[in-house]
Amino acid sequence: MIHISLHPEELFTIGGFTVTNSIVVSVAILLFFAGIGVIMRRRFALIPGMAQSIAESGIEALLDLMDQVLDDRKKSEKYFPLVATIFLFVLVSNWFGLLPGFGSITLQRGEGFEPLFRSPSTDLNFTLALAIISVLAINIIGIGTIGVAKHMRKFFDVRGPVEFFVGILELISEFVRIVSFSFRLFGNIFAGEVLLVVTQFLLPYILPVPFILMETFVGLIQAFIFAMLTLVFISVAVEDHDEHEHIPEKRSSY
Amino acid sequence: MDAETAKLIAAAFAIGVGVIGPALAVGKIGAAAADAIGRNPEATSKIRTNMILAMAFAEAMAIFALLITLIIKFV
Repeated sequence: MIHISLHPEELFTIGGFTVTNSIVVSVAILLFFAGIGVIMRRRFALIPGMAQSIAESGIEALLDLMDQVLDDRKKSEKYFPLVATIFLFVLVSNWFGLLPGFGSITLQRGEGFEPLFRSPSTDLNFTLALAIISVLAINIIGIGTIGVAKHMRKFFDVRGPVEFFVGILELISEFVRIVSFSFRLFGNIFAGEVLLVVTQFLLPYILPVPFILMETFVGLIQAFIFAMLTLVFISVAVEDHDEHEHIPEKRSSY
Repeated sequence: MDAETAKLIAAAFAIGVGVIGPALAVGKIGAAAADAIGRNPEATSKIRTNMILAMAFAEAMAIFALLITLIIKFV
């Protein structure tokens, strides 16, 4: 029978803290990035080598993309760490699930089997955590940029009944963002893995190949969407509505 | 009708009805993008990027329906 489970399997516990197979993989990804960071930092040179050139051109491309949304290189550089971290982390955790060994290497548990590895993106806890981090960061950046009073006025506006209800809607949409962020990523990647398992049973070895290519693309698109949406929401949150009211034309790409 | 049968029917119904909206949306996005590329072929790459983004958003709705289906089926 096809093994599909919505929740990650528990492998072992450390002092009451349950370690699931998705936590193992996300720690591996963390170490992977930390290793790359340490190595790149050590080899950091004024005249870049090949790895540094590739990294720099990637950073340049992402900064150019962020400029299209924010219209300001200074702002782009300010929010770059958050957006780029989300993008890279989500991208690698999406792609890790496509590696051989994920789902196929199992541990025996009683009468059943449990996969040793699981892509973090197919664990709702992981995507929910990322979504909460993202929404909290958006609000904290909003408060830090335009001030507590102005930021809170977006949600609790008592200048009139219409503004009040718009504020309530804004407040609700802030929580809806968490849900849609987390379910979009989880659903896409989880559905992709289910699709791969099912195609494996329909026509083994041949049919999964195009779908693995498609899932690679979906993983990239979903990582891009997660980072881009965070960026767009940041750009909305740091906008001072009272100041911009008199400017008739506001350029925006998204 | 026992609970298991009801579950299967509900799962099939959820995904079947749930993909109608996203299917229409993806079709409309594709049509609009093709229209835009026809009018302005120089902007093809920009339009394509935005088209894929918008399609991914529409597709997310279908994925939500699929999630509900999976939850009905397996939980």
